[in-house]
Amino acid sequence: MNTKITAGIDIGSITAKAVVMEGDKILGARVQFTGYTAKKAGRDVFDGMLGEIGMPPDRVECIVSTGYGRNSIDFADKAVTEITCHGAGAWFVNPEVRFVVDVGGQDSKVIRLDDSGKVVDFAMNDKCAAGTGRFLEVMARALEVDLDDFGELSLAGIPAKISSICTVFAESEVISLIARGETRENIIAGIHESAASRISAMARRVGLVLPVMMTGGVAKNKGMLAALEKKLDAPIQVSEYAQVNGALGAAILAARM
Amino acid sequence: MSDMNKKTVDPGKDNRKIKSVSRMKEIMTHYYIDAKTARESGKKVAWITSGGPVEPLIAMDVIPVYPENHGAMVGASKMGVDLCQKAEEMGYSSDLCSYARADIACAATQGGPIGGLPEPDFLVCCNNICGTVLKWYEVAARYYKVPLFILDTPFIHREMRKEAQQYVMSQIEEYIAFLEAQCGRKMDYDRMTDVGRLAVEGLRLWQAVLDTAAHKPSPITAFDLFFHLGLIVTLRGTQVTVDYYQGLLDEMNERIANNIAMVPGEKYRLLWDNLPVWYKTRWLSDKFASHKACLVADTYTSAWSGVLPLIDEDRFLETMSLSYSQVYINISHDMMIDKLSEMIRKYDADGLVMHSNRSCKPYSLGQYDLQKMVMEQLGIPTLIIEADMVDERHFAESQIETRIDAFMETLKS
Ligand code: SF4
Repeated sequence: MNTKITAGIDIGSITAKAVVMEGDKILGARVQFTGYTAKKAGRDVFDGMLGEIGMPPDRVECIVSTGYGRNSIDFADKAVTEITCHGAGAWFVNPEVRFVVDVGGQDSKVIRLDDSGKVVDFAMNDKCAAGTGRFLEVMARALEVDLDDFGELSLAGIPAKISSICTVFAESEVISLIARGETRENIIAGIHESAASRISAMARRVGLVLPVMMTGGVAKNKGMLAALEKKLDAPIQVSEYAQVNGALGAAILAARM
Repeated sequence: MSDMNKKTVDPGKDNRKIKSVSRMKEIMTHYYIDAKTARESGKKVAWITSGGPVEPLIAMDVIPVYPENHGAMVGASKMGVDLCQKAEEMGYSSDLCSYARADIACAATQGGPIGGLPEPDFLVCCNNICGTVLKWYEVAARYYKVPLFILDTPFIHREMRKEAQQYVMSQIEEYIAFLEAQCGRKMDYDRMTDVGRLAVEGLRLWQAVLDTAAHKPSPITAFDLFFHLGLIVTLRGTQVTVDYYQGLLDEMNERIANNIAMVPGEKYRLLWDNLPVWYKTRWLSDKFASHKACLVADTYTSAWSGVLPLIDEDRFLETMSLSYSQVYINISHDMMIDKLSEMIRKYDADGLVMHSNRSCKPYSLGQYDLQKMVMEQLGIPTLIIEADMVDERHFAESQIETRIDAFMETLKS
């Protein structure tokens, strides 16, 4: 049995995540805000996680970093992109999975896997926040709704039409919908539908194959999940490690090194 | 952390430097000085599109000037954003091709890397590359108050019909009559035959240079070819160009003999599609090299010599209608995929990198379909990078870095 102790650190634009594993067993996971410097966030989330499980840093044999800040983690043994890590993470949770939809703070991506878990193709959102967590965040703020309730509320509405792709323009569209007396639930449902169509367009470009798993912080949002299932016309599994999936994949890749 | 940031001693670096580079710079400098002092030397200057028939100009002793080549210089010298913004202030849309924007701004402000292009005596526009050039050249014709000749080449779906050939051929006759009127003298057809021969010879040598990349490891990368392309575009049909490419070819063959690889430890061979990202060629080249990936060929630098099989050098003018109509971006996807598969085989490529170029719509339109066709029919992985050849505002470095790294990870796994 593999008892190698490894760690994965995922520095995203909004949150930093760390996972530590012993062989196939997850020993700990931690999420915190990235803040101003990626480098410091990496150190903090790693130390914090080890502190939680009471493990001295020198017991960790191999560290892989990922996420947009992957190259600033100088104590990592290797930097690997979030595409490969998310693929590996989802594959670990369920080797049946052939398609991963990851929706994070500032980017969303879709990844197609082959029978052996290898990434065949992928796509990421353009230089634009539409279809990402940030889009939902901006909209929640415009509607004065707590982000945690956002998804739930959307399930109660009939999607109002939001045609702008641009987050800033969509925000003013939302404001005019409010002014026209559209219900909050309908607007929120419309927002989720709009984000979901961006992501599903990417998924179709890469070629959707089933089963699909959703990862990333936004996977917790039930409204987003429902909207995506509708757009993709397919059931979507949510990884129980959705938010730390990238870090999990990184730790798994570290074990293979 | 990334391989790129590691400072390593690289003893082979000097060996890999292409010696012809300095000769190329010399020729280009002379060429631009000649063009800028044409008035004093009593020569005429014609602006011409990159896919336009330059040979009759050379035969008539007219100096051809290429706004697109100038646009590439703007991009490479990282002056694109300022100039594009300037054009936008003048009222041009930010969706307009950045070559056109940069060039129009240079003309209006005498700005850019060489203080603006020499003023044209007349303009020659061939729409075998895009429709943008029509409007762009109309603007230039109004601005400089000079005559404009338009050569209209029909889009080629599968084959070029007789009627289409005749249609283009009759325009070539008009083109020569136009040149005769502009220059006030008759075309010397013997000279034209010589120029045609030199053009073909130059194209053959250029293709031979491109072909050296089929060798493993490749002595040259597409990033180098983007630079060395200059003469086959601007001075095709001259002895200088023939001599230059002969020298470059000899140098490449020598490198092959000495087993000099442009990318040390070359492991992956990739094709590039679309125009270069001029302001980021160094960055991209280092990025791919850090993965031991060599961009061995591209659809862009091979576009000029790609039509060689269509040219009969003894009937140069007659076959011009065929060759100028069937350049890479004036043909259907079916024909493009044929060319791509040929290149993939010839250069033994492991993957395809496509630059989805915000500026160049005819080149970028349908890339997603081409990508699908390549993956399905040829089974090789492809990557699409979104950028622009001159306007740096469309280049998101960290996102592109992640895409390239991820693509290379899938190739390696
Ligand atoms: S649109 Fe494309 S082909 Fe036309 S001038 Fe611009 S870069 Fe050249």
